[in-house]
Amino acid sequence: MDLITLAPPPTEAVNALENLGVGDAGILALLGYAVVFFGLILLMAVVIALGAVFAAKAKKAAKAAAPVEAAPAVQAAPAPTAPGSAGNMKLYNVEPKTAAMIMAIVADKMGKPLNELRFISIKEVE
Amino acid sequence: MINVGEILSNLWEQSGFASLFAGFTGDGWQNLVMIIIGCALLYLAIVKKFEPLLLCGIAFGCILSNLPGAGLYNQGLWDSYVNGTPYLVTGEAGEVIRTIEHIHFTDIIHYGGLLDIFYIGVKSSLYPCLIFMGVGAMTDFGPLLSNPKSLLLGAAAQLGVFAAFFGAVLLGFTGPEAASIGIIGGADGPTAIFLTSQLASNLLGPIAVAAYSYMALIPLIQPPFMKMLTTKEQRKIKMVQTRNVSKTEKIIFPILVTVFVALLLPDTAPLIGCLMFGNLMKETGATDRLSDTMQNSLMNTVTILLSTAVGATMTGANFLNVQTLSIVALGVVAFILSTVGGLLGGLVMCKLTRGKVNPLIGSAGVSAVPMAARVSNTVGQKYNPSNFLLMHAMGPNVAGVIGSAIAAGFLLSVFG
Repeated sequence: MDLITLAPPPTEAVNALENLGVGDAGILALLGYAVVFFGLILLMAVVIALGAVFAAKAKKAAKAAAPVEAAPAVQAAPAPTAPGSAGNMKLYNVEPKTAAMIMAIVADKMGKPLNELRFISIKEVE
Repeated sequence: MINVGEILSNLWEQSGFASLFAGFTGDGWQNLVMIIIGCALLYLAIVKKFEPLLLCGIAFGCILSNLPGAGLYNQGLWDSYVNGTPYLVTGEAGEVIRTIEHIHFTDIIHYGGLLDIFYIGVKSSLYPCLIFMGVGAMTDFGPLLSNPKSLLLGAAAQLGVFAAFFGAVLLGFTGPEAASIGIIGGADGPTAIFLTSQLASNLLGPIAVAAYSYMALIPLIQPPFMKMLTTKEQRKIKMVQTRNVSKTEKIIFPILVTVFVALLLPDTAPLIGCLMFGNLMKETGATDRLSDTMQNSLMNTVTILLSTAVGATMTGANFLNVQTLSIVALGVVAFILSTVGGLLGGLVMCKLTRGKVNPLIGSAGVSAVPMAARVSNTVGQKYNPSNFLLMHAMGPNVAGVIGSAIAAGFLLSVFG
């Protein structure tokens, strides 16, 4: 039995891809790079469209909720701040405990006492 | 009376030491050199902390497969499997007992060693896909969703893949080999292993070592080019905070990407499918246990099997040749050009947005999550300590993962 001849003979197409010429390699390289761009640009368009849909939805929801929230805002008087306080700070999706820890870390990193810094808001970035 | 001398002589002849020191006329020296290389890789992993989770396994797999007589990994079996040639099963005296016309995985389980069985998971693409599942479960696509334009930087940073592919053809590699070498520029280990195991499994060892070594060296490789291609003013650019992304968007995204990319390039379906499946498990909030398993126990188990199996392919005959040196050289060129591609993309975006985009985030387009994004942040902070680019750089970073998977899919569809 001839052990070597059992291997399937390579076809012409396979040979062309195995032994690529410089020109073919250049074309394939450019084509490949273009395909990656094409795929990701299409994906970008889809993601932008998805984002636009959700942004419009969020805007609609915010608009619907606005009159309900606006009414008490006019009536409510601002709560008095403690003596020596730098004013109010807004927290978005952040627990007061976490906010206190963040302020302490920032003060420590900046090497300044906490009462000399003013924090406007702390927001959790998802 | 028993012949003690003969017993001792037989023991010596059957030992690996005899094969190892069979003289520099045989292959013994190659095994010895590979064991030394394995120890050097262990040093890099343990002392220098070069991707230790993977490099440790690769190095130890290399040592194990080069122990003569242990039979843990049999290159002949895999050569027969890949080339479709018959495999001759030999007895203890070297006589041919059986000829297997076509090797199947069942034959490998029957006649192979432990590392051959491990390697089935690489050859069948099981391990790279499972690793991608874990990567997906650990990835937050929020920054990409909040700034979809960063997908362009993920595409631009694939320049090295195709430039190295072209360079490899110039150096005389075959098309499938050049494609496998080029993918090193994607800076994505599982993708490199996935593609190489399909197209040029003979190069798997050097390509995996080059890919993971360069990924570990990203903090050294990228900054000089980041400084060379950008001005001080550009490096100081502060980017505005992007919008918040809702949970529903994050849940829809993996489903959308899977369907879209798999329809565009069906060959990427295993990689993208697993990546996005892992991400979906993370984002649903209803499958925390599964997400936790993917991120930890599954990821760790597969990493052990994948790294030792890849290391096992580093046999003397496969590794100690000029090709390996060429791969190492082309690998670094691929990494540099991918970084340059991403930076050029960043510069174009900076120009088009009139200075709203810091071009440094472009270099993060070379996958290597999250190391490349961290490098962008570190370099940016050097010039403006109050500048936090990390979240902005995470967008191109995860876009690079998708980009390199698409590049691999393209190369697989051409050469597979």
